[in-house]
Amino acid sequence: MEKEQNQIIEEVTQGEYKYGFYTDIESDSAPVGLTEETVRFISARKNEPAWMLEFRLKAYRHWLAMTEPTWANVHHPPIRYQDIIYYSAPKRKKELKSIDEVDPELLDTFNKLGISLEEQKNLAGVAVDAVIDSVSVKTTFTETLSKYGIIFCSFSEAVQNHPDLVKQHMASVVPHTDNFFAALNSAVFSDGSFCYVPKGVRCPIELSTYFRINAANTGQFERTLIVADEGAYVSYMEGCTAPMRDENQLHAAIVEIVAMKDAEVKYSTVQNWYPGNKQGQGGIYNFVTKRGICKGSHSKISWTQVETGSAITWKYPSVVLMGDNSVGEFYSVAVTNNYQQADTGSKMLHLGKNTKSTIISKGISAGFSNNSYRGLVKIMKRAENSRNFSQCDSLLLGDKCGAHTFPYINTQNHSSIVEHEATTSKISDDQLFYCNQRGISTESAIGLIVNGYAKEVLMHLPMEFAVEAQKLLAISLEGSVG
Amino acid sequence: MENIQIETDLKSSLESLYTERNISLFGSDSSYVAGLRKKAFDKFRKLGFPHARLEKWRGTDLSKTLATEFEFAMNAPAAEIDIESIFRCEVPHFETFLVAQLNGWYVFKHNPLTTLSNGIIVGSLAVAFKKYPELISRHYGKFSENAGEGLTALNTAFAQDGIFIYVPDNVTVPDTIQMVNIVDSDRNLMLQTRNLVILGNNSHLRLVQCDDSINHKITFINSVSEIYIGRDSTLDHYKLQNKDENSTLINTIYFHQESGSTLSSNSISLNGGIIRNSSVVELSGENSTANIYGVYLMDKDQHVDSQVFIDHQVPRCQSSELFKGILDDHASGVFNGHVIVRRDAQQTNASQTNKNILLTDKATIDTRPFLEIYADDVKCSHGATVGQLDNDAMFYIRSRGISESNARILLMYAFAAEVVNKIEIPELRQRIDDMVKKRLRGELSYCDQCVLHCSSEEKKVSFKIDLSKI
Repeated sequence: MEKEQNQIIEEVTQGEYKYGFYTDIESDSAPVGLTEETVRFISARKNEPAWMLEFRLKAYRHWLAMTEPTWANVHHPPIRYQDIIYYSAPKRKKELKSIDEVDPELLDTFNKLGISLEEQKNLAGVAVDAVIDSVSVKTTFTETLSKYGIIFCSFSEAVQNHPDLVKQHMASVVPHTDNFFAALNSAVFSDGSFCYVPKGVRCPIELSTYFRINAANTGQFERTLIVADEGAYVSYMEGCTAPMRDENQLHAAIVEIVAMKDAEVKYSTVQNWYPGNKQGQGGIYNFVTKRGICKGSHSKISWTQVETGSAITWKYPSVVLMGDNSVGEFYSVAVTNNYQQADTGSKMLHLGKNTKSTIISKGISAGFSNNSYRGLVKIMKRAENSRNFSQCDSLLLGDKCGAHTFPYINTQNHSSIVEHEATTSKISDDQLFYCNQRGISTESAIGLIVNGYAKEVLMHLPMEFAVEAQKLLAISLEGSVG
Repeated sequence: MENIQIETDLKSSLESLYTERNISLFGSDSSYVAGLRKKAFDKFRKLGFPHARLEKWRGTDLSKTLATEFEFAMNAPAAEIDIESIFRCEVPHFETFLVAQLNGWYVFKHNPLTTLSNGIIVGSLAVAFKKYPELISRHYGKFSENAGEGLTALNTAFAQDGIFIYVPDNVTVPDTIQMVNIVDSDRNLMLQTRNLVILGNNSHLRLVQCDDSINHKITFINSVSEIYIGRDSTLDHYKLQNKDENSTLINTIYFHQESGSTLSSNSISLNGGIIRNSSVVELSGENSTANIYGVYLMDKDQHVDSQVFIDHQVPRCQSSELFKGILDDHASGVFNGHVIVRRDAQQTNASQTNKNILLTDKATIDTRPFLEIYADDVKCSHGATVGQLDNDAMFYIRSRGISESNARILLMYAFAAEVVNKIEIPELRQRIDDMVKKRLRGELSYCDQCVLHCSSEEKKVSFKIDLSKI
């Protein structure tokens, strides 16, 4: 049976990446490398107001003085920041009025990704903002949403049309000084999504963004800002893919969420950037800063993520629980295979009274990969009666991979309760035997067990994503998941 | 006793002390020890003193200690110090074989290095350097030097004396060996104490390590112990710390375990300025077991830091960690347990638990239970909690007519008892149990005489140590 199991695990490592195609779309790029000129070029190309350029330059100058962090449990050759193209946009012939005018090549790309804009538009009722090579190409359902006063558009449009909102909230959660990659993003971000839900509005449909890196040698630096005003509710989804290339590409994004009093934001990610081939060549370096702030009382921010792609993931979706009685949640399934490396987790900063947070993290490692959970729970002095529960489990498939847990817990008052627990194990022979005995093949049994293991997280995904996430898990561990 | 005055920057003073006084201080070293010393000194030069930005030193700030002016006791104190005049152990019925250090130097009455009938050697490390070069070159500096820790390198560079214990194969040491580290000085003192314990195959040893100070000056003790546990041997190890608030104690122990060996280490920290207990356990033989326990009860501005690093290098080993702490007033605590399971160290069982109670809003705790696992057939778990006394339990006790303060003490005592009950020596357990109770009642502060100076009125039993054994 062991042989059979090994074979299955081997098959797992053969899993192919099916989004690895490249679309020949004409693109308009900045020269290679990063200088102050590049920053000005991007800003000019996007026709940005002066305050935006100033923000970018401030971030760029700050970035110059910073050094790349090395504390994460990942290893990679040094990134040559001067060899990256910082701006690449699909060439636009004219303003698009309807979906029919979108470049057919592009539509084809989205069809291959399984997210037909039209289909989504008509059937699923999901509003989609598609971002290719960091420029938003199409936002659907804008009109329907505007009926409710909801603004959902590309970040560049928001800068042009809603400068006050952008000025007020941009960098309020992740300042340009926050970390190395956040500073880089603030200097060169090309586009992203912007969403504003006004007071008391419950967004009737799921909002969704698809990110895709297409052009070679480019880095993707998008920026997402979601603001939920008092009593608002929004569920936001994000998906990502990239073509198969031998060189590594950098993706350094920022996501900021602001939840006012009584507001609730649910942010779901299915991250499937190209993970590199079986030998660990190529793949995306995914260095992302995601943070939300529960500004008002009784607000809630919930992160759900399924991480299956990227050569290296470096990401810690966080919640700053500022308002009293606010709630932060983090649910994550991270799968690493072949030579993938993931260092991911969550930060919960309890500032307000009676704040609550939950962290559920499930790591699955296979092949030669390394999967680390790194999380921080910090309870400040003022955060009386706060509560945190963290659980991080790791599952190891194969004896060449690694699973690591690095929780940090810091408590500064005596009325709060913090609990952390973690286990690391492999699929036990007992479980497999139990399934085999009932006529379930080892292959299906592993699938069953992995699915059951991840279920606690998957059930927090919106319906549309849950299906996709399950499929993704199946691809990532192909051959073993039924 | 010649002391060298250090005026400014501690590191540069140490460097110049090393280069200027090298021949007079370390001239008689064997080539093996001299080589280690040289390498360690270069390493210390490079690494320097730890600072809060180092991952392993987050939460423990030595800057205040490092800014203090210190003297170093680089020469041995005058011979024939009467150990009874400065130290008296008062654990009733506790038969121990006592060895003591004064300001880092081994204290003896008759013989600096005694060989007992069953081949056990106990005595001064400085003498052992010369008398047993073969044992020294096989074990000294073997487990500590890969650690990349500036303070360990500093210790190796300057270590002159300490306690040396050798237990041959197939010997069960009848008495508990008690190692006492006493500091007595009218000046601020920095010490580099160094101990080496070698336990042969199939042997058994019980070791109690006490830290004590009898002065009120600022002390900075950088103690490094290396403990080798041979095949199928058992070591019961206890650390007791009840120090004054001016002291900084960095206690680093490197355990090396061969196959089938069992280690049980228990640290009890009751008072102290800054205490850092660091245990590095190398499980390098199959079927070995390491149990590392600790309890810390801190108040005022005290700081306690417990670092445990367990390295599962081979298959079929077990480790468990249990640390519990109660922090009152402005006290702060750090726990960092790091278990690493190397590739192919299959069938490892490792568990880690850290539980803390904070009694005030000024007390803080920083806990980091890490697991780093590279093998798949393992069972590893860790848990950490921070909370307060259970309200339901409190209500239950109070509803039975017990006052709030007594109920609190009862609950805290029960919390700490889980670790205290793991002490295998009944007399010691009884005594520490009493000490914990007193500590929780606020009656125990650091004592002038002894780490175990804890005789209560109702149980006044004096205990004499037979010094002729030394």
